[in-house]
Amino acid sequence: MDYLVRFSQSHETFRLPELESLAVIEGIVMKSPFCIVHLPSDDAAKRLIRRSILVQSIHALWGSGPDLAAVHAAVHATTPHLWAQYLTCPFKFTIDSYQGSRTAEDKVRIINSFAYLGFAGPIRMRDPDEEFTLFEDWEFNSTPLGIPDPKHYYFGRYLGSGARDLPKVLDLKKRRYISTTSMDAELALVTANIALAAPGKLMYDPFVGTGSFPIACAQFGAVTFGSDIDGRSIRGDEKRKTLRGNFEQYGLLGGLGGMFTADLTNSPIRRADLRYDGDGVTGRLFDGIVCDPPYGVREGLRVLGVRDPEKSPWVIPKGKVMYKDPDFIPPRKPYSFLAMLDDILQFSAQTLVDGGRLSFWMPTANDENQEIAVPTHPYLEVVSVCTQVFNKWSRRLITYRRIPDKEVDPEAMKAREVATPVGKSADELNPFRKAYFNKFETADGSSDDAS
Amino acid sequence: MKVLTLNFLTCAVKTCKSSSDSFPLHPKDAELVSDDVELNPQLLVNLLPRIDWKALRTTSTELGFPELPEQPPTAEELEADEKMLKDLHTLLVETQMNEGKLVCGHCGHEYAVREGIANFLLPSHLV
Ligand SMILES: C[S@@+](CC[C@H](N)C(=O)[O-])C[C@H]1O[C@@H](n2cnc3c(N)ncnc32)[C@H](O)[C@@H]1O
Repeated sequence: MDYLVRFSQSHETFRLPELESLAVIEGIVMKSPFCIVHLPSDDAAKRLIRRSILVQSIHALWGSGPDLAAVHAAVHATTPHLWAQYLTCPFKFTIDSYQGSRTAEDKVRIINSFAYLGFAGPIRMRDPDEEFTLFEDWEFNSTPLGIPDPKHYYFGRYLGSGARDLPKVLDLKKRRYISTTSMDAELALVTANIALAAPGKLMYDPFVGTGSFPIACAQFGAVTFGSDIDGRSIRGDEKRKTLRGNFEQYGLLGGLGGMFTADLTNSPIRRADLRYDGDGVTGRLFDGIVCDPPYGVREGLRVLGVRDPEKSPWVIPKGKVMYKDPDFIPPRKPYSFLAMLDDILQFSAQTLVDGGRLSFWMPTANDENQEIAVPTHPYLEVVSVCTQVFNKWSRRLITYRRIPDKEVDPEAMKAREVATPVGKSADELNPFRKAYFNKFETADGSSDDAS
Repeated sequence: MKVLTLNFLTCAVKTCKSSSDSFPLHPKDAELVSDDVELNPQLLVNLLPRIDWKALRTTSTELGFPELPEQPPTAEELEADEKMLKDLHTLLVETQMNEGKLVCGHCGHEYAVREGIANFLLPSHLV
């Protein structure tokens, strides 16, 4: 049967990738990539969207068309065998007008045109057993333009809703411990969906900060790991406002696997060299890696090490003497953003199981000439690229799938080894940082703050 | 930090990566705590192929847990063995290392663990 998915009006480029990811999680085959999807059953339809952040509801589609006559014809042609089940139950009939509106009389007239269905049960506005909805898709601005009718109608029986309430549950405004770079709850949850977080799965965030992504993944039942070069971001105030405290607040401690202080470029995570004949699991640890890497705009991107050992010859000997002191802060050097992205891809190729996903956020300028290309890796296939647009810059959520070793092109690996960029200066290889300061720095410096 | 995490962590020093002595890290002065977590067989079965069993046996013994069998169970064996599920759940998922050190068996470097958070930052002569 066909089902109508009613999306919410936010984050448009994320909606289909989210829905397609949920189809993977539920093992449901979805034929059409559009809002009308063909699914095996009502049950599959409900399951498909039950944890969707960007779908409002799903409906069994009884008929659709450019005008009401076409809708009625479709309902007559395909659904009479279904009507008998709903003759006596309490029900509700609504009109959902997108970008348009109807007078009350109009609505009654339209609803009455469905009288032939023969539903004689009590009408109940609250908690009906069944809900039938006529969706109207109007032209943008149709009311001021005086457009009399919608461009399309869909009529269907309500089956279930998405998880639009979850962003409120994890709302940053009510979270114990956040920082300026905490990811907002809605997008963290969408990211978790797209990365296929699910019960029993293992997810990792190598730039964990205050833990927004692990929390979202744990909310969907995953066990989560995270690390950050800045241990203070994990510890918070070491009392109530800590990353662990956030998990506690939401009753998610079972999903808190382990958090530690580490630099991604000197990671303690166990991993083996890439090969062409692995079994797809052994030696790999994670089902998903989700993160918002540091862009290096404000402070510049840093990793462990000394920039120029000759210019500051005392740094290394001092470290040798001091490093066991619990208060010793290891030196850091500037690092390039592109090299860091490449490190993330390489790390993910090594640690994700076959079919496991890497989803990360990346900023880019809106100006096409300054756009940063989607990074590639022979072991990772791009699944989706979603864009959230701000005034002068955008950020993209890029998602990859770890492909089986056997499908990897060894030639592409060889080419990569030759071409891998290694950057020293923070500016030189950080096109986003450069663009940020040169071109789209706002005059008052207030809007569009990247971090 | 769940004990499971110890099975994923090796010495961060690059020159140690090639040595088999750098994994697993050895807990020292470990203070363990336990969280009540509902048993999830699906998680344990999912974990099985990713766990380095030999390393887990070492960690289990070093933390004072009963000795694990020499060979890991297969997924089917694990699903059917309630005691094994329970034991692995207690060790890997419920038990946490809260304080202490993790020591590399190759270079001897000690990584401090405070309030469940291990610190793997290295001084410049080791990166
Ligand atoms: C954009 S923030 C991520 C915020 C996080 N998603 C949250 O919800 O709080 C980037 C994080 O990367 C960390 N970071 C910077 N350089 C790093 C490195 N070399 N290795 C690991 N983490 C690093 C920063 O300390 C910062 O917490």
